[in-house]
Amino acid sequence: MSAPLDVSGEEMRAEPEAVAKAGGAPIQGRSLGQIAWMRLKRDKVAITGGLVVVLLILVAIFAPLLVGWFGHPPNEFHQEMIDTLTMQPKGGSGIGKDFLFGVEPVNGRDLFSRVVYGARISLLVAFFATLLSVVIGTVMGIVAGYFGGWVDTLISRAMDIFLAFPLLVFALSLVGVLGQFETQLAVKGDTLRILLLIFVIGFFNWPYIGRIIRGQTLSLREREFVDAARSLGARGPYILFREVLPNLIAPILIYATLLIPTNVLFEAALSFLGVGIQPPTATWGGMLSAAVKYYTVPHFMFFPGMAIFITVLAFNLFGDGLRDALDPKSSR
Amino acid sequence: MVSYIIRRLIAAVLMLVVVSIVTFSIFFVIPRLAGVTTIDFASRYVGSKGASAETVAAIADKLGFNDPLVVQYGRWIKGIVLGAEYDTGASVEHCPAPCLGYSFITKTPVWPELLDRLPVTVSLAIGASIIWLIAGVATGVVSALRRGSFFDRAAMGVALAGVSLPIFFTGIICLVFFSYRFGITAPGGSYTAITENPGEWAYDLILPWITLAFLYAASYARLTRAGMLETMGEDYIRTARAKGLPESKVIVKHGLRGALTPILTIFGLDLGLLLGGAVLTESTFSLPGLGKYAVQAIQSNDLPKIMGVVLLVTLFVVLANLIVDLLYAVVDPRVRLG
Repeated sequence: MSAPLDVSGEEMRAEPEAVAKAGGAPIQGRSLGQIAWMRLKRDKVAITGGLVVVLLILVAIFAPLLVGWFGHPPNEFHQEMIDTLTMQPKGGSGIGKDFLFGVEPVNGRDLFSRVVYGARISLLVAFFATLLSVVIGTVMGIVAGYFGGWVDTLISRAMDIFLAFPLLVFALSLVGVLGQFETQLAVKGDTLRILLLIFVIGFFNWPYIGRIIRGQTLSLREREFVDAARSLGARGPYILFREVLPNLIAPILIYATLLIPTNVLFEAALSFLGVGIQPPTATWGGMLSAAVKYYTVPHFMFFPGMAIFITVLAFNLFGDGLRDALDPKSSR
Repeated sequence: MVSYIIRRLIAAVLMLVVVSIVTFSIFFVIPRLAGVTTIDFASRYVGSKGASAETVAAIADKLGFNDPLVVQYGRWIKGIVLGAEYDTGASVEHCPAPCLGYSFITKTPVWPELLDRLPVTVSLAIGASIIWLIAGVATGVVSALRRGSFFDRAAMGVALAGVSLPIFFTGIICLVFFSYRFGITAPGGSYTAITENPGEWAYDLILPWITLAFLYAASYARLTRAGMLETMGEDYIRTARAKGLPESKVIVKHGLRGALTPILTIFGLDLGLLLGGAVLTESTFSLPGLGKYAVQAIQSNDLPKIMGVVLLVTLFVVLANLIVDLLYAVVDPRVRLG
């Protein structure tokens, strides 16, 4: 990966001249955001990751349109594509201009549209779970770091305990237990499962962000500008939200970006194990778990697997780049 | 040192209490908060699907599902310590200590079944962790020392891909190629006990070991590299060099020792979690371990079994945390024991 201070781009070479000519034109200051954006723009790998992320989001949003143009409805059976003797797709995979990613064995559903619709569930759960973690984590971290004392001890211990929890097993049992009582609950089906996944994944992940925010707040509250605000008569909430919080935007942004891919993997894992979103709704994890039985038709596992891989990798690359751009101390 | 150990022990016991409360809540409190009636819950717990409403109500009452939650929690803990007897009205089921639960569906206590599954999971976790620890840390150290080299870039590229790949994808791909197409490794579902035939044991597990180790090695390499880059910039490294120590000694005794502390923490947690069931790996390779047991229990709606696994996993994690805390003091001279 290119170093953030790689001095090779066109605009960088123009830099010293601009400074030299500063005698004429007034020097323009750059905000931290502008500097970060400049660094990010130079990191080609991160930008590629970011573009893939945008593309994925667009695919998820416009899934019905895409499927309308290039595919068939995700739950439509295409028995004519299946060899009745082997129950496998005709010609091995069925890949062609009609079925871009081929068809599933046995029932012949269109893999392309299932992968496209899978993106919706994956990103929806990952985004909202991350949002939940970020909100809880930020509030807890900022409160613990700023007030200190017994509040800090209490929240820090709680974070330690959460971090030591066997997340997957807990999530597994919670989703499994509540899923069993589906008939008695107010929400049902996919809505219930999506809400459950968002809650479980988001709720158990907040201490990762909480710890970082707490550490940053601890050092921020000792800074001069906080002292200045306090001596001007500002109170707790004002200092917290107007003085401390704006300085925490960078770490929040970085860790949120890096938490999303973890959550994509988490959702896929739960669906793979059969406790996530239930079939016939298309999910990447669910498709992989179905594909295990058909290892002779490799395209069935390839497309959903690659979808997970590309999504997670893109978010990771973008997150890494964002961290380098926003954190001048990072020495990668 | 003694007071440090005692304090860590107390913390571990406290942790166990909290974890047991959370486990209990997941199974007994949360469904109720979500609006599930005691009778429905009892019928699920006991697995009496066909029984009439009166029978279920009687069973629920007999087993104490209508008691206050605190009483139920106390009874549950007592069962773990002293063993329990379940009087369903029709029969009395015995569950000797440690009673982690009694499956009314298969009519068996959970604990002996867990013990049966444990060797599989332990074999998987220990084997894989040795591979990933060696491979990950070694790659990370070399990458950090030769920062920016071809090796560094290649290794970090592979590592980034590694942390982005779910094991249920890499595992299936490995099975398809190495086991089914080339026939070099054992097919999915193979497991031989080490006491039976150590050679077969290793042969059956080598593919799960490597697949599992690859994922972890990737993140350990990234962590070690970052840690080494940071420690090698510290003042005490310069001091060590200024003293005239050979570079190898500076790297291993001063650099690595400092960089290893965070790795150790994560290693303890990871190993504890894996010992409690490498759920995904075991599902992918159909290994009959604790994780697979949990998944099967969920599929067959057997609540006491799920609860038993969860409890055992948390025990392993707490123990692993305790051991890490104690090892900390040994590995990193900067850790104060006060």
